[in-house]
Amino acid sequence: MRKIRYVDALIEALREEMIRDEDIFIIGEDIGPFGGAFKTTLGLYEQFGSERIIDTPISESGIIGTAVGAAATGCRPIAELMFGDFVTVAMDPIVNQAAKMRYMFGGKLKLPLVIKTNYGSGRSAAAQHSQSLYGWFTNVPGLKVVLPSTPYDAKGLLKTAIRDDNPVLFFEHKLLYTVTGEVPEEEYTIPFGVADIKRAGRDVTIVATGYMVTKSLQAAEELAKEGIDAEVIDPRTLVPLDKATIIQSVKKTGRLVIVDEGHKTGGITGELAAIVVEEAFDYLDAPVQRLGSLDVPVPFSPSLEKIFAPSEKDIIAAVKKIC
Amino acid sequence: MAANKELVLKMYEEMLKIRLFEEATIDVYQKGLMPGLAHPYLGEEAIAVGACTALENDDFITSTHRGHGHLMAKGGDMKKMMAEIMGKKTGYCKGKGGSMHIADVSLGILGANGIVGAGLPIAVGSALSSKRKNNNKVTACFFGDGASNQGTFHEALNMASIWKLPVVFVCENNQYGYSTAISKHIAIENISDRAISYGFPGITVDGNDVEEVYEAVKVAVERARKGEGPTLIECKSYRWTGHSVGDPGTAYRTREEVTENKAKCPIIKYGKKLVENGLATEENLNNIKSSVQEMVKEAVEYAIASPLPDENEIYQDLYV
Ligand SMILES: Cc1ncc(C[n+]2csc(CCOP(=O)(O)OP(=O)(O)O)c2C)c(N)n1
Ligand SMILES: [Mg+2]
Repeated sequence: MRKIRYVDALIEALREEMIRDEDIFIIGEDIGPFGGAFKTTLGLYEQFGSERIIDTPISESGIIGTAVGAAATGCRPIAELMFGDFVTVAMDPIVNQAAKMRYMFGGKLKLPLVIKTNYGSGRSAAAQHSQSLYGWFTNVPGLKVVLPSTPYDAKGLLKTAIRDDNPVLFFEHKLLYTVTGEVPEEEYTIPFGVADIKRAGRDVTIVATGYMVTKSLQAAEELAKEGIDAEVIDPRTLVPLDKATIIQSVKKTGRLVIVDEGHKTGGITGELAAIVVEEAFDYLDAPVQRLGSLDVPVPFSPSLEKIFAPSEKDIIAAVKKIC
Repeated sequence: MAANKELVLKMYEEMLKIRLFEEATIDVYQKGLMPGLAHPYLGEEAIAVGACTALENDDFITSTHRGHGHLMAKGGDMKKMMAEIMGKKTGYCKGKGGSMHIADVSLGILGANGIVGAGLPIAVGSALSSKRKNNNKVTACFFGDGASNQGTFHEALNMASIWKLPVVFVCENNQYGYSTAISKHIAIENISDRAISYGFPGITVDGNDVEEVYEAVKVAVERARKGEGPTLIECKSYRWTGHSVGDPGTAYRTREEVTENKAKCPIIKYGKKLVENGLATEENLNNIKSSVQEMVKEAVEYAIASPLPDENEIYQDLYV
């Protein structure tokens, strides 16, 4: 199968969907001729023009609010935020408007809206350009939260996000953009709420999100050399969450390590652990291990940033602690 | 102005410090010594220097992602700045912040900022604090043309106006917000016109003319100190480089445009003026240049020689 980059898989999804449906437009900062700060819309302006690839002023609250209004009235906007950290500037339209309008109005409208952005540390971009804030939105009913970890997932999940009639937050890890992987040329979509077993194993279940899937797979290969056979599960969507696949795996392995780049405190590792404790307690042979980023803002200096997010080494250590 | 020889030479030197420091910053990046990125201030030196010269030492400033010039003009230490840019323990923020977050509260510098438009309400808060404490301090708030499209800009201007706060809004109109030319993000000719709707004066000055900036900010600072409220000063200039060190800045503007604007170099222009008016000789200016070159060289050496922070510092400085 052909191999393409994660970013190109995303652009392909955007292009194919925009050809399919005239109601789709993209709105955001520097996404037009410039192609986006991370080149996530490269070439789309040339194909679709300024009416459908809309460059905006620096006005995140305005961008998302506008997308909400357009989605409520028959368009299918995709709003891009240049950095995931800037969700904070647009919190009201996301949390109080997009997430709630349908419910508050008694189901009277639908909001086919995608908020597409990036996240993650590892680029020495410091505290305001490196955060992993997606976990917050799992605490707001009415939103869906997607975290693709491979080019294949990126394309298939983005298509599903665009076709979904609800607001979807789509978080891309900055370190994944240039990673290549197999993506078929034929049309496909990936349903939400279906976890992917990225590596099958018998001894321990590692549930990992986004870029942490990559690190967990690397850790699993190392562990295999020492005779520990880890199963790596990627939920792919945090809302909706495929609990069944995780629980089934834990029932098989009896051991669980959860790896996420969000902060450990108040983050999604706690939620996932709680679900397993609630629903598969009797199957656990060891305490659940959680790995998240340290509970500090993302530090700038590489000597500090390198210990900020869970590493392959941390994952190996956590697994060995319970295996 | 022209009479005060010491002051004019100081302004010349300050601009040159920023220029050479920024050139060194770009060099450091190209040599792979800088983690992450920086946003060069090249070409806009007259704004920071003109504005900060009109302030007292204990006045406040809020800065932006493109903050090196503001920090330097407000008295920032080159060594600590360069060390921070390289992520070193000896840097202004102990390596925790980097280029976009340098702060020195003892110099009234309330920080560079990675969030476009975030400095505006913070400046209003600092001005409110000065009013409450009745300490006569003024806050100068630097922000870009792009930032003037954030809601925070409009909220901040209105609040500063109704409460007649001692703040000077200094808009650095360098014609671009990242890749977006001003004609595509603002429909009016002068950003200073936006002050009208909030009920206080707004003026536009030549941001490549350090004395013009200085004079305008001085008037605004006096007005602020007298309790008459804010002023918006739009300084028109040009961003010589790409948006950040990683952006060549050639994809969205012509080389001719860049060359044309670089010809308006605020430093060359000012040097010429000083010589013509008999306030300096070529030799004076050359001497200033050599001493600044030396300073910058020392700062880079200091930063290179400095250690990185230790891992155990990661939890320090989170809470008081
Ligand atoms: C809230 C927010 N939105 C977007 C960005 C990304 N960004 C950083 S600087 C910049 C352009 C800012 O333009 P302007 O205010 O004119 O300042 P300049 O860079 O020209 O000095 C953008 C879009 C950001 N850092 N913060
Ligand atoms: Mg600008």
